Amino acid sequence: MAGGWIGKLLRVDLTKGTWAYEPLNMKDANDYVGCRGLGTKIFCDECDPKVDPLSPENKLIFLTGPLTGTGATSGGRYEVVAKAPLTGTIGAANSGGRFGPEIKFAGIDGIIFEGKAEKPVYLYINDDHIELRDAAHLWGKDCHETTDMLVEECGKFEVACIGPTGERQMLYSAIMNDKNRAAGRGGLGAVMGSKNLKAVAIRGTGGVKVARPEGFIREASKARAMLQAHPVAGSGLAALGTQVLMNLINEVGGLPVNNARVGSVFDRADDISGERLADTYLVKNQGCFGCTIACGRVTKIPDDSPYAGFGEGPEYEAGWSFGADCGVDDLAAVCKANFICNEYGFDPITLGSTIACAMELYEMGAIPEEDVGFPLRFGDADTVVKLAEMTGKGEGFGKMIGLGSYRMADHYGHPELSMSVKKQEMPGYDGRAIQGIALEYATSNRGGCHVRGYMISPEVLGLPIKTDPLVTEGKPELLKTFQDLTALCDSTGICLFTTFGMGLPEIAGQYREAVGSDESDEEILLKGERIWNLEKRFNIEAGVEKDTLPPRLLREKLPNGPAKGKVAELHEMLGKYYEVRGWNQDGEPTEEKLHELSLE
Amino acid sequence: MAKQLAVDPKRCVACRSCELWCSFRHNEVFNPRLSRVSVFNFEASAVTVPVMCLQCDESACVKVCPTGALERRADGVVVHDDDKCIVCKMCVNACPLGNISYSPITKSVFKCDLCEGDPWCVKYCPTGAITLVDPDEVPDKKLAVAVSFKETMEEA
Repeated sequence: MAGGWIGKLLRVDLTKGTWAYEPLNMKDANDYVGCRGLGTKIFCDECDPKVDPLSPENKLIFLTGPLTGTGATSGGRYEVVAKAPLTGTIGAANSGGRFGPEIKFAGIDGIIFEGKAEKPVYLYINDDHIELRDAAHLWGKDCHETTDMLVEECGKFEVACIGPTGERQMLYSAIMNDKNRAAGRGGLGAVMGSKNLKAVAIRGTGGVKVARPEGFIREASKARAMLQAHPVAGSGLAALGTQVLMNLINEVGGLPVNNARVGSVFDRADDISGERLADTYLVKNQGCFGCTIACGRVTKIPDDSPYAGFGEGPEYEAGWSFGADCGVDDLAAVCKANFICNEYGFDPITLGSTIACAMELYEMGAIPEEDVGFPLRFGDADTVVKLAEMTGKGEGFGKMIGLGSYRMADHYGHPELSMSVKKQEMPGYDGRAIQGIALEYATSNRGGCHVRGYMISPEVLGLPIKTDPLVTEGKPELLKTFQDLTALCDSTGICLFTTFGMGLPEIAGQYREAVGSDESDEEILLKGERIWNLEKRFNIEAGVEKDTLPPRLLREKLPNGPAKGKVAELHEMLGKYYEVRGWNQDGEPTEEKLHELSLE
Repeated sequence: MAKQLAVDPKRCVACRSCELWCSFRHNEVFNPRLSRVSVFNFEASAVTVPVMCLQCDESACVKVCPTGALERRADGVVVHDDDKCIVCKMCVNACPLGNISYSPITKSVFKCDLCEGDPWCVKYCPTGAITLVDPDEVPDKKLAVAVSFKETMEEA
């Protein structure tokens, strides 16, 4: 067996209640790397792009990469792949924690779920002892309760599960592992819920080997040293978490406020920043499995606060979505809303952005107060927490919030006020102030998303090079490279955050030594491009809408800040981007390109 | 005098890099269950503690071993000899700290050997939560306490 892999997949037929091992296709593993890439390849080979995401015919794939569970830099990731119910695109969501490596230690590279169980079940894996067990007692429990109950029942197992939102098939419910880690976006929790699959509890005693141990030690040690010496990857993220971004993004005028209606400078950004969190509610930072970065926040809101609680988060995106985007400056409330998302198992980016959209619709009179039962005003921290809770429970107006901003705004006659792309909400960077991220949002293969080629690195952080965020020139070329590199990075099983401090040579170097490849860096990066094109082709066949942005970003000029007067100049970039990608001007990969990537 | 491993739970971020690299150093496989060091995470209090052999001066494992498979070397490190071991697991039971392990996978007993003076749990710990210290230097801790006491007195 090639290094890095176990060489075996577990296929579970939930309809029949049966399971079987099968060999991993090593040619596909080589061509599509692992995790996101290989998961998508398996999915595309087995599923109709037109499949209803919440039908038994949709498959749900949990897959590791060749570096998952090894000593590679932050090599603790796994991917969940299915057709996403929120967007109708390919859904691939990446998560850390301890669950991914445990899949490998249990002697498999991944699990393919098909069909639908008659009653709620969970999958028990203890090395090669595998059972589909009754989950009636877990149904209705939140993610933390479910995890605790399964650890009590099974022993020292790692758990991935859905909460009540996934059970209800809410369109942006997540799959949560190790309580607070999420395969978060696109609604993959709903896919799991539609299959009556409550959880996977896994434990293994095996290990992962690499093809060339000496070389692997050399490459992994070199990459780790680079990360540890880096100001962002080595110390910034450990000290402040991803919330380190709050003040930085605000300084470039790219922090969307009040559903991006009043511009993107938040005068109280510091009150919800990573610095403020470190001074107040941060208990400790923690890392995922094998991670040197350790950006995770363990936070506690004191018992005498109306928002008392203990958990993890917030990340920058949740800090922004519940904070600036709702006009809220109360960090305790932001933390609380994030805890609710972790417990009920749903995506805080989409939730916060949907609440912000509802606030705008309410203030303009499009949502009548009787629909909600109370006023929805920007800046009201209580409302944000209350709506998070109602949405988690599926009560009252929470049902409407649970549709996501696009479907909710459409219901009230204003789909244009949903700050989403392909029905998935954009994260906390205004594309008018940061042009490359606008192009990234428009072209992302899973709808509005920041982790499909993180343009904030070159446009704001200056990593690896500083570019002007207001300029469009050069962005299509840069974005293509970032997208391909991200597809590669995600697919190896290491964390995308490593790319703050290292690049292609370090990813490719560790990959080569793990699997025993002699391919060049460029040949390995080409796999990332292949993955990107495969995803794009799936989306075209699925009938996903064209690449564009909400009209607010395209037409409403930013009223303030360093980017005052700017709109997202998508038209200046999109055609060039398609050209750089080798696609036609409708945004479709050409025959030549598909041939070049062996995708025909 | 043998050097020994010291842990600082405040610095530990629960990443378990030590477990991964320990198993790789000794077995050429990444497998936490073959690691000589184990990390315990107490979630509710957000405290994480790596635990490993401290090379006790009065080693119960050495005393109880019926075949001389466990021996203290001249440098003070207690080492385990697979060839002499009959895998009776008396040492596993005798260690008051639980730092001798038995693997059902390799069907053998294993313990920390300080990686011949360059422990990989130390080398690959990203935060310095595990360090290799000379017991003679432990009074540094006392000094640190004294310094903080002095500062408190100055403020008072």
